[in-house]
Amino acid sequence: MTDTVSGVAFLALSFATIGGAVMMLATRNVVHAAFWLLEVMLATAGIYLLLSAEFLALVQVLVYAGSVAVLLLFTIMLTLRRREDAVRDFEPGWGSVVIVALFGGSLLFAIQRFGAQMRPGTMPETVPDVAAFGETLFTQWAVPFEIASLVLLVALVGAVWWSGGDGS
Amino acid sequence: MTLLQPVGALSFMTLAAVLFSLGLYGALSRKSTVMVLMSLELMANAININLVALSRFSAPAEMTGQIFAVFSMVVSAAEIGLGLALVLALYRQRKTVEVDAMQELKG
Repeated sequence: MTDTVSGVAFLALSFATIGGAVMMLATRNVVHAAFWLLEVMLATAGIYLLLSAEFLALVQVLVYAGSVAVLLLFTIMLTLRRREDAVRDFEPGWGSVVIVALFGGSLLFAIQRFGAQMRPGTMPETVPDVAAFGETLFTQWAVPFEIASLVLLVALVGAVWWSGGDGS
Repeated sequence: MTLLQPVGALSFMTLAAVLFSLGLYGALSRKSTVMVLMSLELMANAININLVALSRFSAPAEMTGQIFAVFSMVVSAAEIGLGLALVLALYRQRKTVEVDAMQELKG
């Protein structure tokens, strides 16, 4: 692994990410939007690889590109009565455009303004591998890990409870 | 600064800021509940990029950012599962997924 991030790879992946997000919001078909979200998640996995976070890239592909995309597509299909309902009216929402432009502008300004304090371009060379990541996760962060699995269990049971058929 | 130079943490933060803004726009402007949930996922994704990038550029040996990103992924996966279950439950009662149809508690 090199000690810098290649500008070409970063540009290509960030174009894929932002372009996918723009297309997700621009398309009027909900099913197409779900597939654009899938593309954004895959490009994000590539960005994690650039940052030498291999485990996170794997988890991103498995969880987001795999299960979340399938979950979204199933929900879209279950809540559409006709095929034509997938195509929605154009919803520009000019008020939210103004709010988001202000928010994003101030965010970018803050990054440019206060980012000068960070050393640009250089990257620490030593990168722990996946084995070191697992060791840290299961020793130093073992209790939060167990709590996280409890959160997932409760969320699973709650989702089954809410969406369950003839229960209530 | 040419385009082909190695990029630093600022570029990743800018990317995450743009992604977050796009997700915020979607969450504010869409009228379909599923689209709102997808935009929320976009925002969570931007935050994860920020966590991983800052961890990589400042202190990669501790991996705190990566661990936080894992927990953040757990929470957002639970959130999307519960959100979609809620959408299905509401659809069963109302036969619609429009946000505008769910305003009974509006003051």
